[in-house]
Parts: sequence; C-alpha cells; structure tokens
Amino acid sequence: MSAPRILMQRALDRPADSWTLAAYEAAGGYGAVRKALDMDPGAIIDEVKKSGLRGRGGAGFPTGTKWSFIPREIDKPKYLVCNSDESEPGTFKDRWLLERDPHAVIEGMMIAAAAIGCRLMFNYFRGEFSYPAKRFMAAVEEAYAKGYLGKGIFGSDYDLELVTHVGAGAYICGEETGLIESLEGKKGMPRNKPPFPAIEGLFRSPTVINNTETLAVVPWILEHGGDAYAQYGPEKSHGTKLWSASGPIRNSGVYELEMGYDLMTFLEEDLGGLLDGFGLKGIIPGGSSVPVMTPEECRGARLDYEGLRERGSLVGSGGFIVIGDNVSAVQCLLNLAHFYAHESCGQCTPCREGCGWIQQLMHKILEGHGTQRDLEQVLRISDNMAGKTICALADAMAWPAVAFVKKYPEEFAELLTGPVDLDAIRAAVGRVDHILPKAS
Amino acid sequence: MSQDASRRVDEIIARYPRKLAAMLPVLWEVQRENGWISPEAMEWVAARLECSPSAVQSVVTFYTMLDDRPVGKWKLQVCRTLSCELMGARRIIDHLRERLGIEPGETTADGMFTLQEVECLASCGTGPMMQVNLKFCENLTPERIDALLDELRGREPEWDDVEPLIYERPTAEEYLAMLPRSIEPAESAG
Repeated sequence: MSAPRILMQRALDRPADSWTLAAYEAAGGYGAVRKALDMDPGAIIDEVKKSGLRGRGGAGFPTGTKWSFIPREIDKPKYLVCNSDESEPGTFKDRWLLERDPHAVIEGMMIAAAAIGCRLMFNYFRGEFSYPAKRFMAAVEEAYAKGYLGKGIFGSDYDLELVTHVGAGAYICGEETGLIESLEGKKGMPRNKPPFPAIEGLFRSPTVINNTETLAVVPWILEHGGDAYAQYGPEKSHGTKLWSASGPIRNSGVYELEMGYDLMTFLEEDLGGLLDGFGLKGIIPGGSSVPVMTPEECRGARLDYEGLRERGSLVGSGGFIVIGDNVSAVQCLLNLAHFYAHESCGQCTPCREGCGWIQQLMHKILEGHGTQRDLEQVLRISDNMAGKTICALADAMAWPAVAFVKKYPEEFAELLTGPVDLDAIRAAVGRVDHILPKAS
Repeated sequence: MSQDASRRVDEIIARYPRKLAAMLPVLWEVQRENGWISPEAMEWVAARLECSPSAVQSVVTFYTMLDDRPVGKWKLQVCRTLSCELMGARRIIDHLRERLGIEPGETTADGMFTLQEVECLASCGTGPMMQVNLKFCENLTPERIDALLDELRGREPEWDDVEPLIYERPTAEEYLAMLPRSIEPAESAG
C-alpha cells in the first residue's frame, strides 16, 4: 500500500492560505487534540508507541518511548520543547512545515503536552528563521484567540501556554541539551548526560524535546490510530519522512516519501535526475553529518533507517545532498570541516581542536602542499574525536572525514605532494573506519 | 533604550519562569533598538535579568547573529555551506567582494553594507542564497545581486521585512556559468 502525504498534502491543497486556522480546521485540524484531551495520558503514549514513529531530527529515537520516560508523579513542572532549530546542512523541511502548516505543529505540541502533563511549552526557532517564526506566532495568536491555548483549553480545566523563542545563530543549539542551555539564557553548550532531559532538562525539570516534523505528524497518528501509521513503510521504519533535496538536480525541494522508498527512483524520477552537464559523484542522504554514499552504494538502496545503515549511512535529518562530478571530494570535505570548526562550541578538546586541525589539513591538501602523512593525520584525528566528547558534533565531523577519504581515496591522493601509496591510504582508512555507522 | 523597548522587555521577561531565560529575546530587542549591542547595553541587560555583565557578553559573543560592534545599514550574510557551494556560493561571494570593494567581515566606508560568510541557513534547495538583515534572498545569480544592491541603496531597512525573496531557479547554463567546471587545486599549488 502506498502512503498518502501525511505531512504535506494539506499545504499543497491550499497554497494560498494553508497556514491559517481556517484552512487547518477546514481539513479537520484540532480534532485530534480534542480526542487526546479525553484520553488517559498513558493511552496517548501507547498510540504513538504503536505507530512506530521515530524522531525526525536526526537521532531517530522512538517518540512514544521518549515521552514515557517523563516521571508521572513528581513535584516539578514538566516542559515540552519543539526543536525548530533546523541547522543541519542540507535540511530545510521544518522550515517548509513551519511556513505552510504551523497549526499542525501547534496541535502536535498540544498532544505531546497532554501526554506528559506539561502546562508551559516552547518552540525554539533558529535565529535566522524570522519568517517561519512570524508565521508560527501568527498561528499561535489565532489559537489563543479561539481558546485553543491559554486557560482551560477547549473548555477543559487544562491550562496550556506556548512561548515562541527565537535563537540567535548557533548550530549546536539543535543538540537537545545545547538547546536547553540556550533557552535558559546561556551559551548553547551541551550538557553531560545523565541526567537525561526527561529527568533533569529545562530549568532542571523533566523535559521532552521533539523535532518539528515529529510533532507535526502526531495529530494524524491520534486521528487515524498508531496502527494506521505503522502499516506504511518496512518493519522498523514506519510511516513517511520528509526529505530536503539539494544539489545540481532538476527538481530540488521538500518531498514526503514512504519509508523504504528506492533511492535511485527518488533521484531519477522525483528529482528529475541531475541537471544537464552534471554527472553523479555521490549523495549525502541525511544531512552533512552522515557518511557520503558512492553511486554504487546508492543503487538499490532503500530510504529508511535500516536501508541506509545497510549501505553505511543514516537517515539523519533527511538532508539529501546530491554531489555532482564538477567538485572534488576534497573540496566537499574542506567545506564541511570549515562548517564544523565554526560550529564547535569549544568545550571538549577533541572537537574544538580536531575540527580546526582537519580544516587546516584539508586546506593544505587542497592547495597542493599536503603529504600522505597529513592525510593519515586527518584519519587519526577523526578516530580520536568520534565517541569521545559530550555531544555528537565531533562524530558529525569524524564520519564525513573518514567516509570521504574511504570512498574517494584517488581524489585525495592526486593532490598530495611527495611519495604517495594508495594502498597505504586504504590501510590507514581500514584502521579507523570502525567509527562509521554499521548495519544494525 | 526607549520606553517602548523597555516595556517590551518587561513583557518578554514575564513569559519565562526564570528571568535569565529571557536573555536572547531581550538581546534581540536591544539590537532592534540600537542596531548592535554595546558594552553599556550589556550592563543594562544584566541589570534587568539580574546576572553579571560578563554572562551577557558571553552570550552575545557566542551567537553569530548578535553584533557586539556596529554593522552596516544592510548586513549581507551569504551562505557558504555545502549545498550552496555546490550551486555557486563562491561566485556570489566573489561578486559581492568586487562590487562592494570589501572582504567578508568588513563594512563599506559609507556604512551601507556589511559582508559576511555564514553557515547553512536552511535554504539548500534554492541556493546560492543570502540573508539581507532578516530577509532571505534565494536562487541568486550575479545579475540578481546587482539589481538587489541597487534596490537596497535606495531604501531604508525595516525590522519586519522578513518575507523571503525567492527568484526563479537558475537554469543549468546559469549554474554552470557560476561554477568552475572542476575545482582543482588553487593556482598557488603550482
């Protein structure tokens, strides 16, 4: 059975005013939260667990399970935070939803709040999202005016407030504990875990943080049931997912695909293939932090959590970056190293120094002054970063570094000065590629 | 700070369970009012949020959008991250350097433009792109940049001007004109 566009159809049907309350309600909006308010919180969580929904921000953690970690009987407020910090290079799907269907995000937040017993929730926008935040705040005002937010929502005795919080430019604030620090008014430096946010999160209270897309799909699940959602996609990757497609392709943009969709069909049919004059070098399927795939690895790959792992990569945030044959792998890695060096928050030495060293070495290699020792040094540094820091930013640098060298060793070798032994480079990759994601 | 801004700051603080949490929205108010965040403004914010001025300064310097020094009337922030670079961001940055006669990080002598390179702005399908103050301008080409600069010179910035300006997607030929056919080592590689 092929899945409907659970997230995008509403907005595609009414391009002129899909973001308004009138449009959302005409499509049945705010029916699911009414239903949820009559349910036991445990029953809401069970429905989401049944759906198999996994977090769409990058880590893919089961959403219902995350909600169930919030302690029921505790004398502290509980907080829900929607993570609209969308900053993973290659990703622009949350922006699409926030601009075109903000009420779906609000309703999803309300349902999550009801499930965990939260009375004050936040939507954290990246600072550059002035326009999505403006659309969202207008939608929040509409919801307050109708009594859907505020005191006694929908005539119940449940008070629920929503604060829109706009950041100020920092990739690391998309990491959930970095986001918490930022929302508390500090530098967005991630916290050591445990304690996990479900126990001590925002203001040291139990907190759930979910990605925007994850929350936007929750009303559909409540309305149609978890089983209805779970019927789409393969066994461990249920439902649909938004993919942001960029690079030299004919039809760039946001797409909603049923989990398990064939990667090459997506590239050649939905995206229309590459622009005239470009050949395919590789694809980064899940945002810049996940390993790049060669054309051979792309053929026959399935776009879902297990399918991409089998090919050595990840769904991540669904930032589908198509790389043409007009750029070198070395240039791509230098570009990403510049990004991670700029965005490292600086509190962990392996990440703060490692990202910068990789950037400098890649620059040296691209300029034609690098030696084989320099390239092997990049690999050793990556091995000393992955899994050795408070958050995953170091891994997000180390994975692309090792993956680009592993998959395009000739392109690196070509630029090196002095004696070059391709087999020795491959052997050096072999000593560190255990850090890359493996099939589960 | 004007009385209006001061009142808005009070309203902002009231939204949060703790005063310190109002830090970023309050700093946005200050930047909106003054164009940048001066050491005196940081002390003012610290007093309102009951924290130390150094706590405010650490935040201002951590986030890329908060300016701890004056910037031009128009702040042009060009995305330089992978998807935009694949589509010609480098050409856009070079074009702006030539047109404005400044390097990234600098402001024109007349105080009209500040040029900055920034990281991914979540407009990857419509790159190359830049943010002009708080407004996204997407699917850029050198010709569009020229027209845009002329237009910006003739008007005043408005804080609420945030609706994106999204041009038609460039053609394959236009992209190819912006992209080196192959990115080989720079000339200095000899």
